[in-house]
Amino acid sequence: MNDLNEHVSEKFAKSRVIIGSLLATSLITIWSAIGDPFVVECWAQQDGILQSESIWTMERWSPYAVGILIGILSWISFLISDKPLGVSTAYARSAGMIEKTFRGSAVEEKAYYSKYVPRIGWEWMLVIGLIAGAFTSATLSGEFQFRYVPTLWEQTFGHTPLKRWLVALVGGTVMGMGARWADGCTSGHGISGTLQLVVSSWIALACFFVGGVAAAYMIY
Amino acid sequence: MLEKLRSRKKLQLVIGTLIGFCFGFLLQRGGVTRYDVIMGQLLLYDWTVAKIILSAIATGMLGVYYMKKRGLAHLHIKAGSVGATVVGGLIFGAGFGILGYCPGTMAGAVGQGSLDALLGGVLGMLLGAGLYAQIYPVLSKSILKAGDFGELTFPDLFRKRNTWTVVCCFFLGILLFLVVLETAGL
Repeated sequence: MNDLNEHVSEKFAKSRVIIGSLLATSLITIWSAIGDPFVVECWAQQDGILQSESIWTMERWSPYAVGILIGILSWISFLISDKPLGVSTAYARSAGMIEKTFRGSAVEEKAYYSKYVPRIGWEWMLVIGLIAGAFTSATLSGEFQFRYVPTLWEQTFGHTPLKRWLVALVGGTVMGMGARWADGCTSGHGISGTLQLVVSSWIALACFFVGGVAAAYMIY
Repeated sequence: MLEKLRSRKKLQLVIGTLIGFCFGFLLQRGGVTRYDVIMGQLLLYDWTVAKIILSAIATGMLGVYYMKKRGLAHLHIKAGSVGATVVGGLIFGAGFGILGYCPGTMAGAVGQGSLDALLGGVLGMLLGAGLYAQIYPVLSKSILKAGDFGELTFPDLFRKRNTWTVVCCFFLGILLFLVVLETAGL
């Protein structure tokens, strides 16, 4: 029994060392590639003059810092909520809730809504928090602005809101259907599933990008 | 203690909101709630999206597998099939490319004031999810079952007794990809 315990703890010690060294390597790589991502003060070029800026008002953070922090956020989510980060279920539940206001509780008998009961739950609150978090970030950096047409779209297709609205509506509908069809989106499959090394999630992520790149090249 | 914390429903809703808040803050600060950045990725000239996703996967994977080993976390494995994952994934991708946001970044875009996301994307997403619920009974009996591969993970697939070998391979693969991206100046 003691032998077994020792064997197990030895294995743990080993995995700890492996993780520690992998983390250290990645940090060093990032450090050397883009500079310290966690600096509190940062130098930004503005009108040809170097100015120091606080991280809270910076318009953008390094994508690596953001990615690592999202990874850590997923640890917290698994640990204290036993949930992977996922967004698209909330839209499905909302669709059910909206349908329920028109057609009553008969909606819950639909096969899909008995699987995903149209009720407010953890994922739904996650999306509410997400909107608030993005709002806070955009407000702090002075980025918040009501915009109907994104810059890239405007350069190619002009500033008519109706055209952009129609395309966004069509894209949203197709994406909403695809997210349920594939049972997850860029967060549920693309981050949470892939980090658990789920085969279907890696396939889904690849398909998301194949479809996305194809559609983007058709439009532009 | 963890089980107790996880079973407190109201507290969990608060925790969900807080985690969502951080997620939204990070997505917005990473730049991926912007249409221009996402289209830049899909047109293959701005690799911000890939950098964020891959570093999140690499970091998340280490922690989650470690917690799993210590009995602190359970995996939530999504089953898949060719008919569901590949077909659904391509449909999702097409919508993603047409819209220029994904479901999470779209919610973030709403938070930063992008009205095309709120009035077009979100509305469409609800329509699409509703339509799917309508056709689900037919799909579930046919295409969703085609080429089923069940709840499978890569460590299962490679039948490695030591999961960490697979984890390390993925980690190093991602690291290598990111180094290549940086070296190529993307």
